[in-house]
Amino acid sequence: MRGFSYLEGVSTLRLDPGRCNGCGLCEQVCPHDVFSVSGGKAAVVDRDRCMECGACAMNCRPAAISVTPGVGCATAIIGGWISGAKPSCGCA
Amino acid sequence: MRWGIGRGSWRVAPGLYCVGEAGPGSPVLVTANCKMSFDALRRELDGVDAWILVLDTAGVNVWCAAGKGTFGTGELVRRVRAARLERLVSHRRLVLPQLGAPGVAAHRVREECGFTVTYGPVRAKDVLRFMENGMKAEPGMRAVTFTAMERLSLAPVELVGSLKPLAWASAALFLLGGIGPGIFSPGNAWHRGAGAVAVCVAGILGGAALTPLLLPWLPGRAFSAKGALVGAVVAGAFLAADGTSTGAIPGVATTLAVSGISSFVAMNFTGATPFTSPSGVEKEMRRAIPLQAASAVLAAALWIGEAFIR
Repeated sequence: MRGFSYLEGVSTLRLDPGRCNGCGLCEQVCPHDVFSVSGGKAAVVDRDRCMECGACAMNCRPAAISVTPGVGCATAIIGGWISGAKPSCGCA
Repeated sequence: MRWGIGRGSWRVAPGLYCVGEAGPGSPVLVTANCKMSFDALRRELDGVDAWILVLDTAGVNVWCAAGKGTFGTGELVRRVRAARLERLVSHRRLVLPQLGAPGVAAHRVREECGFTVTYGPVRAKDVLRFMENGMKAEPGMRAVTFTAMERLSLAPVELVGSLKPLAWASAALFLLGGIGPGIFSPGNAWHRGAGAVAVCVAGILGGAALTPLLLPWLPGRAFSAKGALVGAVVAGAFLAADGTSTGAIPGVATTLAVSGISSFVAMNFTGATPFTSPSGVEKEMRRAIPLQAASAVLAAALWIGEAFIR
């Protein structure tokens, strides 16, 4: 994803190193290389690359990772504002 | 498909499929029942013996379906049980597309049906290499890309999606175009209305086609800002090409309208990109929508007012 970057300092991604068991799944599932695992612990390399897809948190067995996942779609967010519900895109 | 026509009806029946001479030792690859996803995978498995387990995602691709949870732990476990996979294969491994991970918790799949989830590469074209490498991803296989072709292939859907709002806007513009000193003039409605619709079309093309194409080279991070800039340039070209709308007021109105529309349409493109986050889009929208609305209202006021001072 070189050449692409979105707004800084907005991601809801949080990692609790105390809970991490170093399984490395977060590093495997992240489509933006946000994590790096070394010495049995995961670390967030670049939080601003996170697109909040939620794959890491979903696959973190010890629940060391938290993120508020959702759709990054303007139409969906407007719909959410109007209906007061969680934003959802028209895909299905 | 790429034009968004009949997209939802292109579904593959969920269930287990056999590729080549699949046997007890053959790998099990999991995908969504979106025809594009299924075909992309099947194409890559030419000459390979494998099982394909198709989940019911209502025809939606793996990544979007995972985000909604239809490509999820529950559906996967259900399909594994329904296909009686444990009797069919001797191993206990499922290979999932990496982008299915937002919907599937690997550890829970193992607890619930005894199969271990291995996340494969992002793209189907790498799946063979991945398996030959002993289920290890090479550098680059795990990262999503967004090339010019990938960006441009999204433009048709964006354009088709804008047709309905454009039709409503056109009807309103033809009505408003007739307002003038003579209260309402059908001739003016036609002439000025058509000009205004052309301005809208220019804005949509700027936001839905030009901005995505030029995305990495446009300055700034916010899509709304990129779209507004493209819109301003498009407006300049539009004014230069259309000699009839000379003068300061039509010039300002056109520029405000085209960049406002382009900015809004470009902002909507965030949903089609593989790198924007919901928190970021919400922040951007809170800032941009008031500006976009203001430019649209101001452009409309100038345009209607101009009819009275000619």
